[in-house]
Amino acid sequence: MNNLTIKEARRQLKAREISSVELTKSYLETIKKHNEQLNAFITITEKEALAQAEEADKRIAKDESTPLLGIPIALKDLYMTKDIKTTAGSRVLENYIGQYDATTVMLLKKAGAVILGKTNLDAWAHGSSGENSDFGPTKNPYNTEYVPGGSSSGSPVAVAAEMALAASGTDTGGSIRLPASFCNVVGLKPTYGRVSRYGVIAMASSLDSIGHFTKTVEDNAMYLQVTAGSYPHDGTTPPVSVPEYIKNINAGVKGLKIGVPKEYFIEGLDPRIKELTDKTLKWYEGQGAELIEISLPHTPYAIEVYYIIQTAEVSSNLARYTGVRYGHDRRYLGDEAKRRIMLGTYVLSAGYYDAYYKKAMQVRTLLKKDFEEAFKKVNVIITPASPTLPWKLGEKTDDPLAMYLSDIFTVHANLVGVPGLSVPMGFINGLPVGMQILGPHFSEEKLFQVGHAFELANPVWKERPSL
Amino acid sequence: MSKYTPIIGLEVHVELKTKSKMFCSCSADYFGAEPNTHTCPVCLGLPGALPVPNKTAIEWCIKIALALNCEINLFSKFDRKNYFYPDLPKGYQISQYDLPFGKNGHITLKDGRRFGITRVHMEEDTGKLMHQDINGVRTSLVDFNRSSVPLVEIVTEPDFHNSADVKEYLQSLQQIVRYLEVSNANMDKGDMRLEPNISLSTNPDLTKLPNYKVEVKNINSFRFVEKAIEYELKRQEKILESGQTPPQETRGWNDVKNLTFSQRIKEEANDYRYFPEPDITPITHTKEQISTLRDSLPELQDKKSIRFTNDHGLPINDAEILTREKSLADYFEKAVAHGASYNVSSRQIANAIINKKLNHLEITLENLVSNIAKEAVIQTIDDSELASIITKVLTDNPKAVEDYKAGKESVIMFLVGQCMRAIGKKVNVQIITNLIKNQIQKNA
Amino acid sequence: MKINIPHIAKLANLTIAKDQESMFETQLSSILTYIERLNEIDTTGVEETSQVTGLENVTREDKSLPSMPQEDAIFQATTYNSFFAVKGVFENE
Repeated sequence: MNNLTIKEARRQLKAREISSVELTKSYLETIKKHNEQLNAFITITEKEALAQAEEADKRIAKDESTPLLGIPIALKDLYMTKDIKTTAGSRVLENYIGQYDATTVMLLKKAGAVILGKTNLDAWAHGSSGENSDFGPTKNPYNTEYVPGGSSSGSPVAVAAEMALAASGTDTGGSIRLPASFCNVVGLKPTYGRVSRYGVIAMASSLDSIGHFTKTVEDNAMYLQVTAGSYPHDGTTPPVSVPEYIKNINAGVKGLKIGVPKEYFIEGLDPRIKELTDKTLKWYEGQGAELIEISLPHTPYAIEVYYIIQTAEVSSNLARYTGVRYGHDRRYLGDEAKRRIMLGTYVLSAGYYDAYYKKAMQVRTLLKKDFEEAFKKVNVIITPASPTLPWKLGEKTDDPLAMYLSDIFTVHANLVGVPGLSVPMGFINGLPVGMQILGPHFSEEKLFQVGHAFELANPVWKERPSL
Repeated sequence: MSKYTPIIGLEVHVELKTKSKMFCSCSADYFGAEPNTHTCPVCLGLPGALPVPNKTAIEWCIKIALALNCEINLFSKFDRKNYFYPDLPKGYQISQYDLPFGKNGHITLKDGRRFGITRVHMEEDTGKLMHQDINGVRTSLVDFNRSSVPLVEIVTEPDFHNSADVKEYLQSLQQIVRYLEVSNANMDKGDMRLEPNISLSTNPDLTKLPNYKVEVKNINSFRFVEKAIEYELKRQEKILESGQTPPQETRGWNDVKNLTFSQRIKEEANDYRYFPEPDITPITHTKEQISTLRDSLPELQDKKSIRFTNDHGLPINDAEILTREKSLADYFEKAVAHGASYNVSSRQIANAIINKKLNHLEITLENLVSNIAKEAVIQTIDDSELASIITKVLTDNPKAVEDYKAGKESVIMFLVGQCMRAIGKKVNVQIITNLIKNQIQKNA
Repeated sequence: MKINIPHIAKLANLTIAKDQESMFETQLSSILTYIERLNEIDTTGVEETSQVTGLENVTREDKSLPSMPQEDAIFQATTYNSFFAVKGVFENE
């Protein structure tokens, strides 16, 4: 199963070289082998997975062929799964059994994906390292003393450590792009509203983006083919048609205009990461792309805007957890959740709304204009996904603000709703480093082309962790 | 003359009778259902659920606003009102804050006085909370069947100064929403709820509002409206007389003990921290769309009843009775149209319905008209025509005339019969009889 | 003291242990100080953005669909005769 991709697995399944049941059993074995050390999974659904694999095999036998048919995947434990425990990484929901399937879960099941289990995360998606989980942190498979990134921590680890062929996540301030770059996998934050949020436990409603992790860019495109679309239960999904993402994935980058925002290449960016990014950008230039320096002038204020709007929405979205209809009461909330709820309550409270929330919404307009202006000049923007390398477990846990600042490159995209694809660039000191490719709304097809071109020539993803 | 003037503003919630709830597709027809059988992830506030607004509910809210002469905000949105209570599943209510669908309207009472409508907005209802002692422990029981049913909130200016006007306002409002067919507006079923805000002013020209107000909840029936307000006014007067100011609070009406009591639990810092609802898009309308909606409004009771006095020659009291319910008014007008071919007049139909207290749902208008036609005695002949018919009959029947003149009284009936036959319609027998007698006498 | 933890905690329906109040106050104050850098930006006349899709008028037809079975709705809560049961919320009489 080493280095198996969805694409290759689909080929093998179609050619009857392997069955979905065999594939599933093999992944379940790997999970059993590594999960205790890595703590990527909160719940493993062995029985259900095998039953789904059997169904998938029946469909394969009938010559059905959807992009994820028979493919073992994992779901971030923020996704509601009917009759399966759904915890949000928090003790509040430690015994909560999902009462319905999220829209994306329904779509994945319909496409024949096999769900291996629910992955670990920072509780309520509050975090950038995975250390805020009430069920213990997940470890980075490339060096288990380091964080895998968060809040989607278990999912990228599952993919990187061969415990699943794909895994779902959410990205509200970078929670897919950052951990993808820390774990040497591809992570997509789709355009806000490209994928339905119904049934994914809400963190910040106007920022939550429903995405996923895979080993390769092409795999990533296959997965999006299943989840993208406008569905009735989510009133914020624009009725934009879903293209065939794979069709033109080999288009290449000749003539592509790549924006390089000067505000990202500043003090605070690890010079080794800057060097690696420069090398990557040079590679694109060599392929016929044009590098254009641009400015996203309000970048320095994105974190402030993010921590006002996000916490305000969090404080409201977490109000339903009182233990009356399900779960435990609010005494079971962790410190980070309490911090964010209080901050959000404060910025919305009487006398402070104008100074904080209203102000943040105004600067959000300016951040939007930054991107609009930039995309008039360039097709995509490429930056590092993180200003630093993955840090050691425990290194930032005493300083919430320091933890918040790790999102400095990623939050801007969430505030504006644009998509971002995180693609592995290389390794520094044995730790993975990824770039993020940003594009205008609904430009996922272009992002896949740009990422795929680099990956083909620089298959960093093939460097597997030694476990 | 009291030195205090009541200052009363009214908040009324009207439950719309849509098929589905405001933000989900659960059936909104929950009355009498087993607890928690009309719920889904959305109205139960389950993790991950999202609201999608009911198009019809929004349309009906705007209709109410138009019927109350409001300006419509062409750009409108929903907002979250954040507070904690067991009957509020999400810990926030989706409502409207600064851009309600309707604003700056008015309602005119019977005597022509206008009362200001501040705003008309859309929101979702909460679950129902019941208190019960279970094994000696005070427990609150919640049923979420009602959660997220559409509510329209109508807020008036503090223009009311007595409980009689308040009652009339409620009756008018009830009639309007029933006419629009958007709500059954039954106070005792809870689909129309009143919360008056009451204070007393010592300021004779009412230029400044009092520095406090008391909200009264739980008035569940028309017959308690005046009682509750009167009680509260007296209670406040007593406090003011003692030189103190009544505390600003929410009080509940207890209809068993006939008093208002402090609901201290709701007094907690009500900082609702409103912010725009991120899960629902803004709702916009064009001037043309609002115009079309306005044109589609049915003729409301006040206009209809005046029209009835003109079109159907009815006294205003009768017109008001007939227009109290839209279905009755429609029935009446259809009956009048039908009755025209039977020479049954609007007056007759009106009298039949009102005096006989007919239930228009139990008798078809065709049957009503034919019943009236059978009983009615209609003079449809004009005097000169009648006179010439009588003359002809007398001329054609000289022997009968001679017999009558000779004292044979009973012959008159034969002559009347002849006249009736010649007329061919039902006429007042007594009048014919008298006219024949007079004619015979004149000719004599 | 920048932020009144007990007051905010009450509004947010949170229990904060007395010995944690100071820690939260320090942490939140430092975050707020950072956030206040926003005041450096002139936002006169700038419109607010609260949604990024640009969508308007997304609504649904008034049609009713089957609800959740009662058992599914209540099985994870403390209930009494199929009502959700909560410790008494009092209204003084």
